Amino acid sequence: MLPDPNSLYGPLDPAPEAGYENAPPRMGFFTDTSVCIGCKACEVACKEWNGVPESGLDLLGMSYDNTGALTANSWRHVAFIEQPRPAGHRASPADVLGAPVDVGPDRPVDAGPQFLGMPGAQPPGRGSGAEGRTDFRWLMMSDVCKHCTHAACLDVCPTGSLFRTEFGTVVVQEDICNGCGYCISACPYGVIDQRKDDGRAWKCTLCYDRLGAGMMPACAQACPTESIQYGPLDELRERAAARVGTLHDRGVPEARLYGHDPNDGVGGDGAFFLLLDEPEVYGLPPDPVVTTRDLPKMWKRAGLAALAMAAATVAAFVGGSS
Amino acid sequence: MGVRSWFEGWPVYRQLTGTDPLGRGAAAKSDGSRALTARTDTADSVARSVCPYCAVGCGQRVFVKDGQVSQIEGDPDSPISRGRLCPKGSASKSLVTSPLRQTTVRYRRPYSTQWEGLELDTALDMIADRILAAREQTWEDVDTQGRPLNRTLGISSLGGATLDNEENYLIKKLFTAMGALQIENQARI
Amino acid sequence: MAEAHPVGFQWVMEAKRRGAKVFHVDPRFTRTSAVADAYLPIRAGTDIALLGGVVRYILDNELDFREYVVAYTNAATIVSEEFSDTEDGDGFFSGFDPETGTYVQDSWQYEGHEGSSGSGHTAQERDSAAGLTHESHGAQVGGQTRRDETLQHPRCVYQILKRHFARYTPEMVERVCGISQEKFLELARAWTENSGRDRTGMLVYSVGWTQHSVGVQYIRTGAIIQLLLGNMGRPGGGVMALRGHASIQGSTDIPTLFNLLPGYLPMPHHAEHPTLDEWVDSIRHPGQKGFWGNARSFAASLLKAYWGDAATPENDFCYGYLPRMTGDHGTYQQVLNMIDGKIKGYFLLGQNPAVGSAHGRAQRLGMANLDWLVVRDLFMIESATFWQNGPEVATGEIVPEECRTEVFFLPAASHVEKEGTFTQTQRLLQWREKAVEPPGDARSELWFFYHLGRKLREKLADSPLPRDRALLDLTWDYPTHGPQAEPSAEAVLREINGYDVTTGRPLSGFAEARADGSTAIGCWIYTGVYADGVNQAARRKSRHEQDWVAAEWGWAWPANRRILYNRASADPDGNPWSERKRYVWWDAEKSEWTGYDVPDFEKTKPPSYRPAPGASGTEGIAGDDPFVMQGDGKGWLYAPSGVLDGPLPTHYEPVESPVRNPLYGQQANPTRKMYAHPVNSVNPSPPQEHGQVFPYVFTVSRLTEHHTAGAMSRTVSPLAELQPEMFVEVSPDLAAEVGLTHLGWAHLVSGRAVIEAKVLVTDRLTPLRVDGRIIHQVWLPYHFGFEGLVTGDSANDLFGISLDPNVLIQESKVGTCDVRPGRRPTGPALLDLVADYQRRAGITPGQHAPAVTTDDEGKEHGAS
Repeated sequence: MLPDPNSLYGPLDPAPEAGYENAPPRMGFFTDTSVCIGCKACEVACKEWNGVPESGLDLLGMSYDNTGALTANSWRHVAFIEQPRPAGHRASPADVLGAPVDVGPDRPVDAGPQFLGMPGAQPPGRGSGAEGRTDFRWLMMSDVCKHCTHAACLDVCPTGSLFRTEFGTVVVQEDICNGCGYCISACPYGVIDQRKDDGRAWKCTLCYDRLGAGMMPACAQACPTESIQYGPLDELRERAAARVGTLHDRGVPEARLYGHDPNDGVGGDGAFFLLLDEPEVYGLPPDPVVTTRDLPKMWKRAGLAALAMAAATVAAFVGGSS
Repeated sequence: MGVRSWFEGWPVYRQLTGTDPLGRGAAAKSDGSRALTARTDTADSVARSVCPYCAVGCGQRVFVKDGQVSQIEGDPDSPISRGRLCPKGSASKSLVTSPLRQTTVRYRRPYSTQWEGLELDTALDMIADRILAAREQTWEDVDTQGRPLNRTLGISSLGGATLDNEENYLIKKLFTAMGALQIENQARI
Repeated sequence: MAEAHPVGFQWVMEAKRRGAKVFHVDPRFTRTSAVADAYLPIRAGTDIALLGGVVRYILDNELDFREYVVAYTNAATIVSEEFSDTEDGDGFFSGFDPETGTYVQDSWQYEGHEGSSGSGHTAQERDSAAGLTHESHGAQVGGQTRRDETLQHPRCVYQILKRHFARYTPEMVERVCGISQEKFLELARAWTENSGRDRTGMLVYSVGWTQHSVGVQYIRTGAIIQLLLGNMGRPGGGVMALRGHASIQGSTDIPTLFNLLPGYLPMPHHAEHPTLDEWVDSIRHPGQKGFWGNARSFAASLLKAYWGDAATPENDFCYGYLPRMTGDHGTYQQVLNMIDGKIKGYFLLGQNPAVGSAHGRAQRLGMANLDWLVVRDLFMIESATFWQNGPEVATGEIVPEECRTEVFFLPAASHVEKEGTFTQTQRLLQWREKAVEPPGDARSELWFFYHLGRKLREKLADSPLPRDRALLDLTWDYPTHGPQAEPSAEAVLREINGYDVTTGRPLSGFAEARADGSTAIGCWIYTGVYADGVNQAARRKSRHEQDWVAAEWGWAWPANRRILYNRASADPDGNPWSERKRYVWWDAEKSEWTGYDVPDFEKTKPPSYRPAPGASGTEGIAGDDPFVMQGDGKGWLYAPSGVLDGPLPTHYEPVESPVRNPLYGQQANPTRKMYAHPVNSVNPSPPQEHGQVFPYVFTVSRLTEHHTAGAMSRTVSPLAELQPEMFVEVSPDLAAEVGLTHLGWAHLVSGRAVIEAKVLVTDRLTPLRVDGRIIHQVWLPYHFGFEGLVTGDSANDLFGISLDPNVLIQESKVGTCDVRPGRRPTGPALLDLVADYQRRAGITPGQHAPAVTTDDEGKEHGAS
């Protein structure tokens, strides 16, 4: 079987491409941050199921986020962003009675200063005082490995530890990983990470063992508000599009999807998001590109170089014998 | 393992001969991955339980393997919680298996600066003696007008909101029969 | 709710998805506010002013559900002409007795029932936390009342309500609570527009509401709104208390409380209840309507369950064995008694008062002055190690070598290591199966108390003393099983359910209770949980296999009823108020009540039933009286007796407040329970001087990631790491005013303690404009203590002890303090700092300011 022309870039169904015949539908996460309550059940449920060790007892001061980032010891990470602007998901007046909603007048979306909670950053509203204070919103998002269609981590893995599962997800095989760390710099999202004590790379497996048993990943099962939804990716994409439409109808024009588009730089994510602000606000790269996009070109160049070297070697031998 | 199957198990062989020429999927699957099962599937037993934290009463399923709790997760059948758990409920396995849990009786003598060990039955016996002594010292039969009091104010108790109804029932029944009126729990706090 | 009960909150999100509008009122912007449609920041301790504003809005605009209000509430009932309101008394109702600081309630009665309040002993009712018993069986009220169904009579409840709340205008709400009129009106409009025939609105509170000196009246105000809007007894309506412990509802039903016996029967009082008859009559109120008319059967059956064969009709079922109350025996009185050396021994059963109770220092000093202490817990908690690691060891107040308390730490079994029932916050009992054996010496409380009782009885077997009869005659013969001789929880549940004494048959409902000793019932409201000999609480029929009421999952008391007073979901004629809100209704063809739930009404009593004159008990309840536990069958907008601080809720300032009460001369609840003890003190509030020494308001509550005093979360790694340090949330404005930096340290000082915390500067806290000035509020989690994986100072150390008069629960949701940058002093210097603040504030420990703050000192209101 020949590789798909899109095997390194562009839209693709990754499981058949990775050699699975009669693969089940590609499974993934749709994380709807508009209903996230920041409870961190996902973080804990993940740790409990996967036996992920403690990631440190540090008060980070990043709002209620004391996890900080996705790491080898945190495979789900809930980001909290405090913003001095109107809350994104208020019902329009017509919605009060639960009647069909009209599209409310667009609320001004003033990007304003965002307090990302970074230590030393100036908190918002200083000096605004009781009088001048406007409304306020608090964004929360449970971040996770994106399970990219084109997963650079997997492509650069020299040992075959990282592999594509029949569900289209990307998993590190702990019995193979030798801790070389190539995958870490390859990830366009900065997700994959080495664990200090054993040197191996660790990240979300989308609960590969549970999927095989027909179960939901632990985080999605625990999520109280269905902010984390698990299912066939096609279905999730439809659901997400409908949700964005509903939110737009309810006067939340800032709702947008992230990572859902098969034409984006990673061929679309297996775990994508509904956001209420620009991706950067949540610490997400605005336009991620698979780091191995240019691999074919690189191979081509590498091949030419090798040929040239071989020719030179031959010439040297020839010359030597003369 | 014969040489042939060993050879066939070699990823490069699988990659070159199978459906995964780039070796990124089926051919790269390790023995460990092939052997993966969900530990909920291999549990010896499952207990239908209820989360011990707040009073929402979320359903839990407690999976047990070899006499140890191997997983606690939400019970999808529950009309209250629909299988979901908050971070505390999700941490229930860590709660009940925590290495910080005390599993032996600890005893601190009056004026001592340290803990020491004690047999459980000895502790129970000592506590019973102290209850009887406290009753002896502080018993009130009647008030100043001769009306019955039947009590001791020398013993107090606090707790119950995290306990079972059956336990609270025995506590209340026993303390009442002991004449120990002063029992309270979180509902007062 | 999202913060402390995330999984329950899924239903709010579900409602929101279907178009419900969610309002969140809280001093700080929480995870609930983040997803609410509107957030109203409120000054802590002013909820009655806000809700009173809603009551006024409803009445002023006649937005009440009039048909419901006239038929089902006491709106039409005429009140005695002796009654005078707080409007006339500058914050006092008629009947205040300044000597005792309590009300004589005779003048509050319905017309024609003056003098029947039975409240000659309100000080005593306060000491016995009588509110908790009134909560379920209602206070005494005559069955026959005079009514004006046009609601025009100047002394009908409706008009009294209108006058009482007349000053709770949007302007006043803004002035008292710091909530803008616009936001207030948005709330009032949405609430009223979403109530009526076709719609219901729900009020949800977390039990921080109870932790105020006017806590009961907070909830009363909510209940008044819900009654006026017709939201009680109907699907999607009600007042829902979100309780914070797995079985805190159960531990109130089957109480480990000093003033109650199972099923809300009161613990007898030495002067009021010398005999069984007097005790029973104080519950059933002869002549009164309602189900408490059967109180004798419930009481006799309980005594029969306790003392079995020894309990006979001839000896009043051993009523004489019950210990008697003489006053306040509540947990705070106990702690003060410990400090005074009056208490020998103390049991702590899964409770950590060194962190979780108000005035932590008093708690720890009390425990350090016992003969012995038994701590039963999963973890080594602060209440077990106070003698070793407590903050008082650092200050030198507790010296281990001089602390005489003998401490027994006994490891407890966890929830998966024992079987039994929890009663969750909707009164639902759910049985837990045992998964594994407890490790090592860990045992269930069932094991501990059963075997402790067995040992006590063995040791006393030959005792000739009368006082030991109650122990020796006790039925204490539960079957045991397994290597540890674990008692059978099912056998205990069966006794709780009750059984026929002759045949042993489990009873199927409390109507089978008898007063002649032929039935034994451990807790009559739970009768039915073991109906047909089946553990109904263990039912686990999947939600996918039954309707949305899910009646076959667990078992709810009473009678597996999921919504109380659900007769009110039908109109007076027994028809659903609307198709949309159909729930329980009268089936005329079958001549019975039917519906999705178990009807909260006699099954075959038709809507047209009218009691004969003078009928009492259940016969006195008319076919359109849904509130069957009340003495008049009506929902009480106005409480003619039973609520010790007034028949109507009134805004009083918190005991510690930087603000003079804008509504009345009376500053704080005049009937609150105060303790003049050297360890206790109250920070000065207006009209007292020196309030500026403690200029800031602080409030405390929970974080999602932790649980109560932290014993079950600060010890658990995946939770501890999520919130690893004690912190205080302050607004940017306050940070600038005081000089605090994000992630720097601050310390907070009250008249009791000084604690330190890391600073989180956040816009989620906002200064409020209150009565013309800016009030800063700070927020702290109360989970931290000095043991566990993550530690920190305890917020509850800051509080003093002042209690609600009805239920003796402390005010621990609001206090005043000073906030200073940097870390607190350590060692004896810490005590010096507190002493310095006390001196500057004019605090003399052991004394409290006068409760009455009106100009005339309340004298005019004293007589009755």
